[in-house]
Amino acid sequence: MDGNLPRLALHVPEPRFRPGDAVDFGALLLSRAGEQLRPDETCAASATHGLCHDLIRVLGEDDLAHGPWNPALDPGTLIRMLRLMALTRAFDARMVRAQRQGKTSFYMKSTGEEATAVATALALADDDMVFPTYRQQGLLIARGYPLVEMVDQIFSNRADRLKGRQLPIMYSARAQSVFSISGNLATQIPQAVGWAMASAIRGDSRIATAFVGEGSSAEGDFHSGLTFAAVYHAPVVINLVNNQWAISSFSGFAGAERTTFAARAIGYGIAGLRVDGNDPLAVFAAVRWAADRARANAGPTLIEHFTYRAEGHSTSDDPGQYRSAAERTEWPLGDPVDRLMRHLVTLGVWDAGQQADMDAAVDAEVRDAVRAAEAHGTLGQGLHHPFRTMFEDVFETPPWHLVEQSEQAIRERRIKWPDWSDEGDVGERP
Amino acid sequence: MTSRSMTMIEAINDALDVMLSRDPSVIVLGEDVGYFGGVFRATAGLQRKHGKTRVFDTPISECGIIGVAVGMGAYGLRPVPEIQFADYIYPGLDQLVSEAARLRYRSAGEYTAPMTVRAPFGGGIFGGQTHSQSPEALFTHVAGLKTVVPSTPHDAKGLLIAAIEDNDPVIFFEPKRLYNGPFNGHYDEPAIPWSRHPDSMVPEGHYRIPLGNARVAREGQDVTVLAYGTMVHVALEVAAREGIDAEVIDLRTLVPLDIVAVEKSVQKTGKCLVVHEATRTGGFGAELAALVQERCFWHLEAPVERVTGFDTPYPHSLEWAYFPGPVRLGEAFARLARA
Repeated sequence: MDGNLPRLALHVPEPRFRPGDAVDFGALLLSRAGEQLRPDETCAASATHGLCHDLIRVLGEDDLAHGPWNPALDPGTLIRMLRLMALTRAFDARMVRAQRQGKTSFYMKSTGEEATAVATALALADDDMVFPTYRQQGLLIARGYPLVEMVDQIFSNRADRLKGRQLPIMYSARAQSVFSISGNLATQIPQAVGWAMASAIRGDSRIATAFVGEGSSAEGDFHSGLTFAAVYHAPVVINLVNNQWAISSFSGFAGAERTTFAARAIGYGIAGLRVDGNDPLAVFAAVRWAADRARANAGPTLIEHFTYRAEGHSTSDDPGQYRSAAERTEWPLGDPVDRLMRHLVTLGVWDAGQQADMDAAVDAEVRDAVRAAEAHGTLGQGLHHPFRTMFEDVFETPPWHLVEQSEQAIRERRIKWPDWSDEGDVGERP
Repeated sequence: MTSRSMTMIEAINDALDVMLSRDPSVIVLGEDVGYFGGVFRATAGLQRKHGKTRVFDTPISECGIIGVAVGMGAYGLRPVPEIQFADYIYPGLDQLVSEAARLRYRSAGEYTAPMTVRAPFGGGIFGGQTHSQSPEALFTHVAGLKTVVPSTPHDAKGLLIAAIEDNDPVIFFEPKRLYNGPFNGHYDEPAIPWSRHPDSMVPEGHYRIPLGNARVAREGQDVTVLAYGTMVHVALEVAAREGIDAEVIDLRTLVPLDIVAVEKSVQKTGKCLVVHEATRTGGFGAELAALVQERCFWHLEAPVERVTGFDTPYPHSLEWAYFPGPVRLGEAFARLARA
């Protein structure tokens, strides 16, 4: 070591608040609703770059919609949006209970982030292709995917269209233009870009949308995907949901101490927007802007949805072990369901009684779906798929080695579980 | 059908041309494959003929190349990405192993990734450790991927067309030392052009060699050689020069493997030599040796022999010391003959 030079020191990021700490979000730069400029959808990408360090907000402290980003949705659409978010929240609550009861192995809630999925779904065309992460159940619900089938997938039961192969919440819904969800993070970003490139190659009018968390935006796939999107001017909207936490790692481990996530767009030379993710109207407006831009052949957009993961990462972690519980209550951007409800009340088109009725109705809808799915079996109690299905879909046609291994698996089942029905396992080969 | 003599590069180019012409969903993408036509010229002239949105250059990002190909497949296209050298495929490995290979399975058939990933592989051109590797065993180990290695221009075209038409992801490794001639292992002798080899006769137009069908490159009685790619030619040459009545099986596809052809030959000869250029430990040869002893043990008159590359990175100046050439094969044949 050269004694004349300063000793180097490694910086390891540390979140501002840990368990037990009082929380003060005063340092967050929060702009006022309605004050952000809204450039034309076909503007030069650079015209959006100021917005990458701002925060697009529509709903103000007065619970009214403000400014050029106000999407001016009619009350019927707003009530539908509210109901879909409430339904998503009720679904999450029941699924966690089901997991605790042993009906499935695992679940992930989206509490506090419902707007990022539901408002996005409503801002897109129904046949725009979506490449989601595991926390956009609201989007699937908004597109009308049957709740029973969602529970069937979560219970990995006999009716699960994915044949019990995927971890709960890793849906695939081609009829709803929703791509198969991967547990390997950010892989869907270049895939969405490739889908968008294919749509452009074919002269189609459909665009692609992808989601990614702020944590996994550190993956190479995210950056490869943005490079391809920029190079080929792909008709794609990349939604980066910054919910502040990647399991126990705060956003600083993905670079948040240095700049915003929306500002990644500046380096790639594509449009970027940073939006209050707990403001459903702002989310709708930003996604609609970016979708219209893509549809107009004006290129890709990166949207940072600035939000807060109100619950744990999944049923497998306790957030009380690594962050202050006060973060949730002190979060300065509030709760998206609550904010939209207050907006509707302030508009005079909604009241507490209607809200209570709706909450009861969505809960009953979820309860009925769970009951119907339970009749198809649960992970804990059985009614699983025949063993032979384990060997299907590895290839379009199974080669000899899979046929041999399938016979082995069925033989093992007969030895280990002699009472298990042969139904589905005999008479036909995979 | 008329045929003409082609190099392997010309045969691959012809296969791509045939498929681009027949099927509008076929897309060729990769580093330098567009205007320039590829560093080995495999895509020469294709962009000019089929247009810039069918054949185009990509950023230097194998993760991106494979990733966008997965998305294109989900849309309904049939992408044929080129990875410039097999040695560069690793940044795309997660997209291949975790995504392309399992998409059909995890979505229960809702989405598929019908792509053919072409990559030049193997040594023999003084490419050093980063332009010579044979990573086929990494892919044969992955459920959901098919792995193909042609050894002649005729097979390269027919197998590539079959791979592109296949609805599963296929890794198509092209032995780059065979691009311009049937290399027989004697690097110190004058190179032989494909024009002097009967398997350089390539039919015009569309034909397929089904994946999973091996080829008997030479019939014989005394010993079975299981080989693919460059090593098929090396084994044939050693057998010819040393007067060994070997039956040389060119596997052509590793997954799915033509197990019937393997069993039939080993049961006839009673001896088996497994040959590949890749490193030895955990190589595909280990799988072949295990299959042969599991399924043909009572026919075997000698232990299964393996001739492979060494378990070192591919060296530059000592390339020919590394390559499993005639000396290493000759020793193995001699051991089997004594058994």
